[in-house]
Amino acid sequence: MTFAMSRGMRRSLALALSVAALGVGISSASAQSTIKWMHLETNPSNLAVWQDIAKAYEADHPDVKIEFQFLENEAFKAKLPTLLQSDDAPSMFYSWGGGVLKAQSETGAIRDITPAMDADNGAWRNSLNAAAVDGMTIDGKVWAAPFKTGVVSFFYNKALFEKAGVDATAIKTWDDFLAAVKTIKEAGITPIAGGGGDKWPIHFYWSYLAMREAGKDGFAAAKAGEGDGFAGEAFVKAGQHLADLGALEPFQDGYLGATWPETLATFDDGRAAILLGFENTATPNSQAQNATDGKGLSEDEIGRFPFPTVDGGPGVVTDDFGGLNGWVVTAKAPPETEDFLKFLTNADNERIQAEKQGILPVAKGAEDGVTDPSLAEAVKQMGVATWHQNFLDQDLGPNVGRVVNDMSVEIVSGQMSPKDAAQQIQDSFSMEM
Amino acid sequence: MTTTAQPVSRANATSFGLTRRQRAEARAKWPVLVLFLPPALLVFTVFVILPMGEAAWYSFYNWNGYSLPTQWVGFKNYELIFKNSAFRQALINNGLIILISICIQVPLALWLATMVTKHIKGAVAFRLIFFLPYVLADVAAGMIWRFVYDGNFGLVAGISHALGVDAPFWLADRTVAIYAILGVIVWKYFGFHMMLFIAGLQAIDKSVLEAADIDGATGWQKFMRVTLPLLGSTVRLSLFFAVVGSLQLFDMIMPLTGAGPSNATQTMVTFLYTFGVMRMQVGFGSAVGVVLFVICVTLAFGYKRIFMKND
Repeated sequence: MTFAMSRGMRRSLALALSVAALGVGISSASAQSTIKWMHLETNPSNLAVWQDIAKAYEADHPDVKIEFQFLENEAFKAKLPTLLQSDDAPSMFYSWGGGVLKAQSETGAIRDITPAMDADNGAWRNSLNAAAVDGMTIDGKVWAAPFKTGVVSFFYNKALFEKAGVDATAIKTWDDFLAAVKTIKEAGITPIAGGGGDKWPIHFYWSYLAMREAGKDGFAAAKAGEGDGFAGEAFVKAGQHLADLGALEPFQDGYLGATWPETLATFDDGRAAILLGFENTATPNSQAQNATDGKGLSEDEIGRFPFPTVDGGPGVVTDDFGGLNGWVVTAKAPPETEDFLKFLTNADNERIQAEKQGILPVAKGAEDGVTDPSLAEAVKQMGVATWHQNFLDQDLGPNVGRVVNDMSVEIVSGQMSPKDAAQQIQDSFSMEM
Repeated sequence: MTTTAQPVSRANATSFGLTRRQRAEARAKWPVLVLFLPPALLVFTVFVILPMGEAAWYSFYNWNGYSLPTQWVGFKNYELIFKNSAFRQALINNGLIILISICIQVPLALWLATMVTKHIKGAVAFRLIFFLPYVLADVAAGMIWRFVYDGNFGLVAGISHALGVDAPFWLADRTVAIYAILGVIVWKYFGFHMMLFIAGLQAIDKSVLEAADIDGATGWQKFMRVTLPLLGSTVRLSLFFAVVGSLQLFDMIMPLTGAGPSNATQTMVTFLYTFGVMRMQVGFGSAVGVVLFVICVTLAFGYKRIFMKND
């Protein structure tokens, strides 16, 4: 194709082209950016909450598209290392923080979001609870945007406690707890719903007992490899307490094969009196989802008490154990990902997630979204926390964490002595560090 | 391909041990080789040889699967495998599965095969029914049986409650769980072996059996002296599948017990998965893979060499 062009025409064309190029340049920074959001949510109504938030963001940012990607929990953990190193990596994915996040941060596959956190005089950072941001910080860098937190505590069936004649408010120490378990069992009621098949539900017991026996400082020392580490006296003692509980045979029949959903059903159906569980155990949503009859116990039929202390241990009742979850940005994610995360974790959206999904939010000012009474109680407890320890099977990394899970079950079922179990944990820990 | 290498003389050609015709045939094969070998070789190398080599290489590192392995640990991973009590349990369990396959599953399949090849009413329907479990996906079978064994709501619970006794929780019992799984394995795979035997039985010449009849052989004598010897190659093949299948057993165990309680139902592959993949111990997992590979290859080739050399 040929055609003649005057000098003026050519000049104006060049100008038009360069303007167009400039326009392209501007928009290409954001045009057609796709944020691939990898999540583990299996509940469609919970997912819908995120989809609505994503739609709201897309409406404000027409050049950004948000795509949802799903993987089942265990599949996610297994597939993530490969996925992160492929060209098909998601832009952001779910994280429990801890040792796994640390391992990821050392690979260059994920992005340090400290600059985004500290932009505008730390606007984003200051909008979130400091403890939550701290939990996602490794060596001074923030590696994930926290969005929810949680605390594990004891839940009990009020009617069954009354039938056995046990006063839950009087349970302050581990010995009180063991005495209560004994009384309940003598009344012909299964005292505790336990999930030995999934193992990690039992690790809640070992972790809390270790926190109570070792205290915050003792825990930090063990992690730093001081003294005998996790084979030290406090951890052996913690194991002994767990073995004492196991010796009472407090769990439902077949608990060693029970998965977590089955464990929840055992408690929610009223077949066991106690459950050491997540903050949302008593919510109608969780009850309806897990009980066999699709209803479960009503909220006022369930009581809650914090994990008791041990005599002579430095740990206090306000030392909390529970989860902290966030979103990790991958190295090749579009630059808008951080901006979207800031939107997702702002007070308004955190409030929506608290209201509709039942999460415990980490954005300041979103607490009023927690309307459920038992969740509100958990928020209150966390507000006065003296220490928040992340789940040990996350915090200690995938390998040591699973050893802790294994050992917890071995101890409680009387297969291994607390001393040997503590040594095994320490062995795998020292190999890793 | 060249055409310059012409035979100098007939004597020269035969000195290589090849006649002219054989050489011509070999030459004619060249285009076929050049055309068809590389794709297969390439696919085999990329998807079989290379991953195997990589696994062998990773097995000498302490590596979590991120970036490149850097921490060389020599044979430490192998040392850890053989010190691991769960791995020993896995070996025992694999042995047990092989034993059960040989002692119960294959005889059962053979017996049923002789029954359903007789010309009696409903034989074909029974063939189908017996074969059905094998058609089911392993994971589905595992989930069905988890429900059957469930002590709260399952079939076992229902039967126990009807009898007025406490329901057992077999899958949650360290000593019983593996036997519960063995039961499922026999249930799942006997149909497959039965089909092999049916095919074998149908290939037996009826006149041989008729001859035995005329000689006054009893049913048992006919089976032991005629049928079984003639089925020899099928029996050996069936046992071979049983051995290899036991080494690969994974997807039925995961939904049933998740290799628990306390590793009581680990097999070698579930061990690889729970200790290698789930714990992000790719180096260790690769070492397990190498050990598994060596065991499989040794067993498979050893078996073929010793028992199947005439088949």
